[in-house]
Amino acid sequence: MKVITLPTTEKIMRSLKIGDVISISGIMYTARDAAHKYLVENKPDFLRDKFKGAMIYHCGPVMKKTGEEWKVVAAGPTTSIREEPYEATVMKEYGVLGVIGKGGMGQKTLDGLVKCGGVYLAAVGGAAAVLAASVKKVHGVHFLEEFGIPEAIWEFEVENFEATVSMDSHGGSLYDEVTRKSKANYKKLFA
Amino acid sequence: MTLEEAIIELIRRTSTDLSPDVEEALRGWYRKEKKGSVAKNVLKTVLDNVALAREQSTPVCQDTGTPIFYVKIPQGTDDRTVEKAIVKAARKATKLSTLRPNAVCPITGSNSGDNTGNGFPVIHIHHWKKDSFRFDLLLKGGGSENVGIQYKLPNAALGAGRDLDGVRKVILDAVVQAGGLGCSPGVLGVVIGGDRSSAYSLSKELFLKKLGERSPDPVLAKLEKEMLAKANSLDIGPMGLSGKTTVFDVKIASLHRVPASFFVTVSYGCWAVRRRGMTYRDDKARFL
Repeated sequence: MKVITLPTTEKIMRSLKIGDVISISGIMYTARDAAHKYLVENKPDFLRDKFKGAMIYHCGPVMKKTGEEWKVVAAGPTTSIREEPYEATVMKEYGVLGVIGKGGMGQKTLDGLVKCGGVYLAAVGGAAAVLAASVKKVHGVHFLEEFGIPEAIWEFEVENFEATVSMDSHGGSLYDEVTRKSKANYKKLFA
Repeated sequence: MTLEEAIIELIRRTSTDLSPDVEEALRGWYRKEKKGSVAKNVLKTVLDNVALAREQSTPVCQDTGTPIFYVKIPQGTDDRTVEKAIVKAARKATKLSTLRPNAVCPITGSNSGDNTGNGFPVIHIHHWKKDSFRFDLLLKGGGSENVGIQYKLPNAALGAGRDLDGVRKVILDAVVQAGGLGCSPGVLGVVIGGDRSSAYSLSKELFLKKLGERSPDPVLAKLEKEMLAKANSLDIGPMGLSGKTTVFDVKIASLHRVPASFFVTVSYGCWAVRRRGMTYRDDKARFL
């Protein structure tokens, strides 16, 4: 299994292909519906340094606060397609090189991956406990008041976070293949 | 144990401890997947996650969903005492992190922070002749909820007419459209007929039934088995990454319909079918 440390580089991301299983270490940032809309509409500068070469994780975690420290209780991925209108723009604007989620994304994002040398990675949906265990430290949170716990931008330092490359910078997508096959299989059933 | 405490415990069990019938079914399908395949790897992660969540008493999935309570209460009990206990328990469970704060106001966008709000949690109360309470809790996540769908027959695009053949076409189309977005392998709750709301409501209640249990109606039982086999021939697989296990159970029910309407309603349940029950009587709870 390839080990990827964050922040990463375009060269490393372009070396990945669909089907590759990778182990990620370093700081990743959660961002989902409210955050993506905000990032595209407001383009806040304070995230530029953080997001360069970083990975975004589509996740609304269950968090527990003890004193001043946050702990991740459950952190599986949410369905990524909802961010389809925004993702390529966010990647281009901020230099984000990886997007981790569930269920894949569409053509606009795939074109964005090809252009900027990024990848989309599938984390197992609902593997909330297993993935939470890979978060070693919560470095901070942004927009907690405005967006609430599930939608805030959380900074997770992870170790051995496993994910599968399912869309790559060469235009490959496991989802396109599965969609094509399943539609063909459906037609066969009613031929 | 007070009623509120019992409900808090019911929530904890439902969220963190997957029912044995679901876990067993997943294990069975895991064995069927090809060695070294992505599908097998996904199902292994799922099973590891189920065990870890149970051991730690943490949510099996971070989206603890919409809590839907189905409650049967003794005749003469005031509904409001039960509703109050449920609302208080939901708040407490959120503080204990067995539920994620999931109630968002669609107008302001603000999260209430404690799993309460307009129509949240969802509570269905019926009175019955027994002197005990029966609670069934279903935690229905958003991902799977988003791929539920309600068809009108005839459906020209799918060539589906108002007959069982048409019903077959739309059920399987629902599975194709869902892909892996509902966290496959999934469970289908299908209602043929009814009106829009009664059909959707019943389609979710079907998730309370034990996995592998067939409809008491022989025609529907046969259809359930057929749909399960055909859905799995689509090769969508766990998380839509290809594989033998696309759907691991199908429940079908029917409701009489008004002549002009012929709905086929499909609710999609993710692999984490989170439903648990309890009975409550004389300050004692028995968890099922």
